[in-house]
Amino acid sequence: MKFAVIVFPGSNCDQDMYHAVKEVIGEEGDLVWYQDSNLENYDAILLPGGFSYGDYLRSGAIAANSKIMEQIKLHAAKGKPVLGVCNGFQILTEAGLLPGALLRNKGLSFMCHQEEIIVENNETLFTSGYQVGEVLRLPIAHGEGNYFCDQETLRELEKHNQIVFTYRTNPNGSTANIAGIINRAGNVLGMMPHPERAVETLLGSNDGLLLFQSIIRNWRESYDATNARI
Amino acid sequence: MRKVTVFITLKQGVLDPQGNQVQESLQSLGYNVVQDVRIGKYIELLVEDGPDLEVRIQEMCDKLLVNPVMEDYYYEVKEDVHS
Amino acid sequence: MMLQTREFNPEKIEQEKLYQTMGLSESEFEMIQQILGRLPNITETGIFSVMWSEHCSYKTSKPLLRKFPTKAPHVLQGPGEGAGIIDIGDNQAVVFKIESHNHPSAVEPYQGAATGVGGIIRDVFSMGARPIALMNSLRFGNLTSNRVKYLFSEVVSGIAGYGNCVGVPTVGGEVQFDESYEDNPLVNAMCIGLINHNDIQKGVAAGIGNTVIYVGAPTGRDGIHGATFASDDLAENVAKDRPAVQVGDPFMEKLLIEACLEVIKSDALVGMQDMGAAGLTSSASEMASKAGTGMEMNLDLVPQREPNMTAYELMLSESQERMLLVVQKGREQEIIDIFNRYGLHAVVVGRVIEDKVFRIIQHGEIQAEIPVDALAENAPVYHLPAIEAKYFQEFQKIGNKVPSVGNFGDMLKRLLQQPTIASKEWIFDQYDSMVQTNTILGPGSDAAVIRIKGTDKALAITTDCNSRYIYLDPETGGKIAGAEAARNIVCSGARPLALTDGLNFGNPTNPEVFWQMEKSVEGMSKACETLGTPVISGNVSLYNQSKGRAIFPTPIVGMVGLFESLEHITPSFFQEAGDVIYLIGETKPEFGGSELQNILEGTYQGKAPVIDLEVEAKRQTQLLDAIHKGLIVSAHDLSEGGLGVALAESLFADDALGAIIQIRGDETVALFSETQSRFLISVKKENKDAVEKVLTDAIPIGVITADGMLTIYNESSIVLSEKVAELRSLWKGAIPCLLK
Repeated sequence: MKFAVIVFPGSNCDQDMYHAVKEVIGEEGDLVWYQDSNLENYDAILLPGGFSYGDYLRSGAIAANSKIMEQIKLHAAKGKPVLGVCNGFQILTEAGLLPGALLRNKGLSFMCHQEEIIVENNETLFTSGYQVGEVLRLPIAHGEGNYFCDQETLRELEKHNQIVFTYRTNPNGSTANIAGIINRAGNVLGMMPHPERAVETLLGSNDGLLLFQSIIRNWRESYDATNARI
Repeated sequence: MRKVTVFITLKQGVLDPQGNQVQESLQSLGYNVVQDVRIGKYIELLVEDGPDLEVRIQEMCDKLLVNPVMEDYYYEVKEDVHS
Repeated sequence: MMLQTREFNPEKIEQEKLYQTMGLSESEFEMIQQILGRLPNITETGIFSVMWSEHCSYKTSKPLLRKFPTKAPHVLQGPGEGAGIIDIGDNQAVVFKIESHNHPSAVEPYQGAATGVGGIIRDVFSMGARPIALMNSLRFGNLTSNRVKYLFSEVVSGIAGYGNCVGVPTVGGEVQFDESYEDNPLVNAMCIGLINHNDIQKGVAAGIGNTVIYVGAPTGRDGIHGATFASDDLAENVAKDRPAVQVGDPFMEKLLIEACLEVIKSDALVGMQDMGAAGLTSSASEMASKAGTGMEMNLDLVPQREPNMTAYELMLSESQERMLLVVQKGREQEIIDIFNRYGLHAVVVGRVIEDKVFRIIQHGEIQAEIPVDALAENAPVYHLPAIEAKYFQEFQKIGNKVPSVGNFGDMLKRLLQQPTIASKEWIFDQYDSMVQTNTILGPGSDAAVIRIKGTDKALAITTDCNSRYIYLDPETGGKIAGAEAARNIVCSGARPLALTDGLNFGNPTNPEVFWQMEKSVEGMSKACETLGTPVISGNVSLYNQSKGRAIFPTPIVGMVGLFESLEHITPSFFQEAGDVIYLIGETKPEFGGSELQNILEGTYQGKAPVIDLEVEAKRQTQLLDAIHKGLIVSAHDLSEGGLGVALAESLFADDALGAIIQIRGDETVALFSETQSRFLISVKKENKDAVEKVLTDAIPIGVITADGMLTIYNESSIVLSEKVAELRSLWKGAIPCLLK
């Protein structure tokens, strides 16, 4: 399986994402500069954290208007996996691939520490390796991670089981403790916590490992299934 | 009650990285007509009316709302607001 | 105030002594005339004034800095370049430096702190290294006045805002609060970079005919005379009459890092230096001076943010996020293309010339022509008089009497809530301490620990300085500062390698202040020699005073240590019930400069704690030996608040753990004295004999329990018994509570 880690000007968790996929998990992957717009050969797209375009105007807004987003939308429309973490989640909401928006933290400050994250939905290609209700220790590091959506959207999210992760203790004021959501089609996941920072026990937690492994396992199964049919 | 609007801008000559980036992005979206972008803040206040209204607004700006080291401001006192 | 430079002709500068407003003395102005053989014009006067400021020339501190040991086999680059470099084997090296941004932070705390972080990062990547960690060392007045609270929270936001965005983790630091910093906060930032030996590059303008390229943000009228400003007494009214505040753009810096690190790989690059204090002037003249060449620069080619900028303004601007490069003639486009790919503007602005002069051209006219060595190498050096401070003799006469403490439990709680001791979580939660996924131990540990990917190695980093001891006794305090930093590194399990010094003092022309400088540097030097940690880089910030009152002398030590194996990494917290607790080192009644004295007397006086560097070195070597033998579970050094505070802190990782401790003699001394060279360790029961064999000064004082209580006995009577959870919540809540 081949991952593309998209690098926007100002992305700063791109190397971490790449390290997790390539060095720790041992899968194929490339860092793809935002101007290189051919994503056809990739099986999954990872939008890393950081401060694309300095977070100027609104976090994620400028990246969401860059050309490579057309390619990413195309990729998503084909049902291929797209994972946006932190700034990547912000970009996905700004680009309209996920509903809602990420506002400034309730406490106004940037915060960086490990949080307890509850798996709400394990029927996704990203979370099938987890149990529902399982508590993961994942780092957060954001100033604008306060998930906001209107009541109607929230009802939709709940109805279609699109809330994938919640915080055990809400750190930032997010609506319904939301830490991560998925699109209706089930192939675009956005989350504020950083799974790529939690893949080695040396650094405090490897609870994020299963997320990447789930993507890979599900891809392999569908790949094998497709090939079997042929 | 009076509605007061305060406009805060960066002083001339102070770098505005955000403005610069927004300008570049607008241009990359094809809006080449944009020659400069400066981003400031806009604040709405609802203030009890009184003879020293303007003095108090200026005080509020100088003390808290505006950083005189790098920002300028002006304000407008709007219509009466009946609560 | 913006100097209307066109109005000043050379004669007027001389007659009206305008050079004095720029910080040049009469004798310096005479020297300039001798060097040039004529009167300098306004641009030249400005160039001299910034290059001969303390910030750029170290003119008053140079004689002191020469006392520092700077050499060792593992030192690849000592002081003099953007940052120092230490070999860590396997063709890898560590680059680091600390730098102050005190004066700008007093004026505009957010931007002052942010641009301080930006500047030190540029120092590191301009050497060719990837910045892998940031540390800081902060000083503020007491957290009681609104002004101090404002400065404190804005400085923290500024550090966070810049470091988080640029993607370099802030992995630790320290902060202390004392009245002497009320109007003069200290903001010192340290950056650590990683480099392969063959990528090391220096800021040299070599090769006659080579091209000078300007990269990054356009030049505006930011912080003109910042370097002089940083070398001047801080005026009372800071908001007015100051140059335009420098605004940092961490986004641009992030692009610069990536682009410059790519450019480093090109053999078309000859030299690179960042434009820090004194901007274009210092980067260009230093690069030429180091290479023994000259440089000619056409200011019409320099990207400008504002119209009608004069040569004076362009040369002295301190606009941020700018770099100056020298590249091989004919290969400019290769380099420019790399920068353009990152959306950065790179333009040719000049060339390296044979004449050893710095020549500035604007509008077709020569605006300045100065011998380069006059600016950098041959700046004046002053040997200022030092007089032992009057208070020092008075303090030496005060005996070490034991203060009376009513209830020991209550006093421990008070100590834990002192801002200098209390949890700094409110601060470091705002820093991204994990980006780059190398942080093994982040903020809150004795030393931060970051791994080096692809190896079994890691680095330990700490910043330290107890300025109270240095105020009481500069030489002893200087020794303690060096020793304490090494102590923190050793506790984490690493071998101390080298340090960078951030010297912050008052006005050096005050002989008592200069005495503080001289003695503390001598003390630090002795510690460096005994502990084998050379000084490889540093920064001097003087004139940190206002209304005639200087700050406590604050020479900050930023130290880096090396783990040869990840197995040596040792936590500072107790780990498991049943482990045995040892105290290394005897305890004497020493309360001068202590946190207890601060609480009980509201001031600092008397003698600083004694330190014997040989004893210190012996204990550090033994402890490191024991750690490497796998005998130590946790290790923590004793500092502010003594054993009582150290015990509590060691329990704060886990509310379920507790400890039963047996002390002897006077309880106040045992619990709260700040005697130096002491460590608190925990070991497995079965290793007791082995530990006692290696650590000859270790005394068993208790055992870790599972009851969540810290209970201390003297013989059979209980001295204190407190719930760890309660102590922890007081310690944790103190700073947020003060800020409310």
